[in-house]
Amino acid sequence: MTAVLTRRPGLSRIRAAGSPLHLVCLALVAVVVLAALFAPWLVPHDPNAVDLGNALAAPSAAHPFGVDAAGRDTLSRLLLGARTSLLGPLGVVAFSTAAGIAVGTAAAWRGGWIDSVLSRSTELVFAFPGMLLAILIISVYGEGLLAPVIALAVAYLPYVSRLTRSLVLAERARPYVSAYQVQGHSALQICLRHILPNIAPVVLAQSTINFGYALMDLAGLSFLGLGVPALTPDWGRMVFDGQTAIQHGYPLSAILPCAFIVLTVVAFNVVGERWADRVARRDR
Amino acid sequence: MPDNGPGPRETVLEVTGLRRSYGAVRAVDDVSFVLPEGGSLGIVGESGSGKTTTARIIVGLERADGGKVLVAGRNRTARGEGRGRVRRLARAREVQMVFQDPYLSLDPRTGVEAALRETLRLHFPGRDHARRTRELLDQVGLGTRAADALPRQLSGGQRQRVAIARALAVEPSVLVLDEAVAALDVSVQAQILNLLADIREQTGIAYLFITHDLGVVRCVTDEIVVMRHGRIVEAGATPEVLAAPRHPYTRLLLESVPRPGWDPEAIAAARRAL
Amino acid sequence: MTTTTPPTPPAHTLDIQGLRITLPGTARPVLDGVDLTVSTGETVALVGESGSGKSLTSRSALRLLPPGAVVEGTVRVGGEDVLAMNAAQLRTVRASAAAMVFQDPRASVNPLRRIRDFLTESATLTGAMSRADATVRATELLQAVGLDAAVLRKYPGQVSGGMLQRVVIAAALMGDPALLLADEPTTALDVTSQAEVIALLAGLRARFGTGLLFVTHDLDLAAAISDRVYVMYAGRIAESGPAEALFERPRHPYTAALLASTPRMDGPRGRLAAIDGQPPDLRQELHGCAFAARCPLATEVCDQQVPLPVAAPDRPGHLAACHHSDRLEGSTVDAR
Repeated sequence: MTAVLTRRPGLSRIRAAGSPLHLVCLALVAVVVLAALFAPWLVPHDPNAVDLGNALAAPSAAHPFGVDAAGRDTLSRLLLGARTSLLGPLGVVAFSTAAGIAVGTAAAWRGGWIDSVLSRSTELVFAFPGMLLAILIISVYGEGLLAPVIALAVAYLPYVSRLTRSLVLAERARPYVSAYQVQGHSALQICLRHILPNIAPVVLAQSTINFGYALMDLAGLSFLGLGVPALTPDWGRMVFDGQTAIQHGYPLSAILPCAFIVLTVVAFNVVGERWADRVARRDR
Repeated sequence: MPDNGPGPRETVLEVTGLRRSYGAVRAVDDVSFVLPEGGSLGIVGESGSGKTTTARIIVGLERADGGKVLVAGRNRTARGEGRGRVRRLARAREVQMVFQDPYLSLDPRTGVEAALRETLRLHFPGRDHARRTRELLDQVGLGTRAADALPRQLSGGQRQRVAIARALAVEPSVLVLDEAVAALDVSVQAQILNLLADIREQTGIAYLFITHDLGVVRCVTDEIVVMRHGRIVEAGATPEVLAAPRHPYTRLLLESVPRPGWDPEAIAAARRAL
Repeated sequence: MTTTTPPTPPAHTLDIQGLRITLPGTARPVLDGVDLTVSTGETVALVGESGSGKSLTSRSALRLLPPGAVVEGTVRVGGEDVLAMNAAQLRTVRASAAAMVFQDPRASVNPLRRIRDFLTESATLTGAMSRADATVRATELLQAVGLDAAVLRKYPGQVSGGMLQRVVIAAALMGDPALLLADEPTTALDVTSQAEVIALLAGLRARFGTGLLFVTHDLDLAAAISDRVYVMYAGRIAESGPAEALFERPRHPYTAALLASTPRMDGPRGRLAAIDGQPPDLRQELHGCAFAARCPLATEVCDQQVPLPVAAPDRPGHLAACHHSDRLEGSTVDAR
């Protein structure tokens, strides 16, 4: 396999550190996903119930992770925040993977001018910072999760399409594809039934890695006050809300969401990269 | 080799004036030959002789710059023939191909039976595919046990049998074999060559055998075309060409086949002289 | 290709005795008691089908073994046991005493470096030669393999496969090896370039007295070029002996069957005498002769007892590991 996954540098050492870390990360991913799924039934308090008398209270039996500056329960907000914090990247990854595979496959299969147009336009997107694109779109369309998700999906599309293109090119050169052509199968049938299933593991591994980065980017946007509406619990938003509390010496409500963002991003990356490594090994 | 009776046989494949260039390189240059129904024609040459490009143009994997490929009188290379489904399937039923590398010519994720069914469903919807699949596997000497296997669970010889079965499933009138036994071990190669001879006897299919191996050509073909640098240098009945080659290149090819008392030095000199 | 055996009793440049290699996850050894020798200036062919262990046997001379291999026996190159060496000694053997030429020249040359670098790299890295000396030597060797010094400046992609294989052979000769191991060196080449490479190897042997172990699947090629031939099947030596005797009067049914199943220019046309079945799987244990299941001469004893190599009555150098060698000679299995 000639194609290489696009990875941002820095995590390779963690990835190589051995399987216990991988298991811990896998468990962490599972916990976060489960928390997001069952959050409405798990939360001890209404995440938006304001109790100013109790503002910035330290952890207690009623509020295990304490209370923020507006008197809202941090644990409840963290649990419900997991939903928006994961849903956003999920949308980004789903859209960028689907569109990226379509664009990459079309470019590789048809070649010629279609390939040139598609490849040049994805490079154009590459050259334009994703965050900037997101801010631009939000400033046009206003608040809401949809705008930043679409913007980031467009920004992440080139990673997937470029990978898909090289994978399809390699796969297409294999005689089994020629054999199906000679047999009279249509290009669409060959792509859908044979090429895509064969390249799927590699592309999905890339998408898992993208998930972590999309989560970080979306949290960054929320922190800037863009995207997620003010009252919706969201990790990035929580860091933004908690920054004044840090200045007053009560860091917990800001630091906890920070820690969750970092751990989740790392966990998704390690899981994705390990998956990519296993796929690469199997192919050799 | 089977002799299909006296008198001229119908022509099933006719190639006339085929040309294909890549930049300045003339990969195929004015290649013409005919293949009679149920016949077996060998195209012999070294790498770069244009034999594989010729084969790929005939099956439709490559476009010709000029010339015609007629199967049963119908032009395969004509433009404007339409790319529709009906035409595509009809073209597939004219010519099928078996590739060199049995390890890469099957989808690693598709089982043997599934691969055959897929082809049968495409070409013969509404027929009894289970029976036909068994027939095909039987025809190529594969047991039902192989039916459920994935390609990686099979040996090279078995995979090549699957590839042959898949090509036969379409019921083509011509089968192009592109170095189909080159990657196999000697003992397995003999099995496959015998199998191919049996199939031709039973079905009357015509073979176009692309190979560099003169021993193989001698064993399975009636007629031979020798190609060099994209051109045909010699053509004729296999036994005659191999017994009395007229072109110096054919002679060089023949002398290059190792045998006791072989003189590689003289061949090397002859090669440089040519 | 006839040979002149050196008058003095030849020292073995390669001497493999009782080599047995077991890989993890297999039911039987990949190599099972292989004995093989190559004398100075001798060409020995090692013939077998894929999976017979022929490549592994030749690679063992440089201790190029797969990970997890358990090795028994001795492999002596120039009298020294390669299997018992430390890393430094092994490097010396690989750099000078023995060299290897692989099947695909394109795969064994770095396409991004010039041919000069490929040729001189190993000599300059081990400190055996200065870069200038190495270049002089490389030029000489290129001339010996029939190439122009201009090739030095070219990249591997700019020369043909046959030329590149000659470059690879020249590189193998850089360390003046007493033993050249050639693993299917002509399989990836056209028939006419094959003759050229063979002629080259023969000439080099005559000039430098290099012992050559030629690994191939092609019986006719082996017959044409070698002094002695070993035929391997399922990790064991089935038959060994002088090339001519072995091909004219094979004493192992496998050799006979292989000869009969090869399509050749002088045999009858039409159907070939194919060997039914397939070589035994590595996951399958062997109790008797490895070829018994496919052998037309097999009897009960073949399934129970591993046959030992026995010399032909009139030819002491012609060994066959078969219980029925005497029934074979002149029998119907012998197709020639």
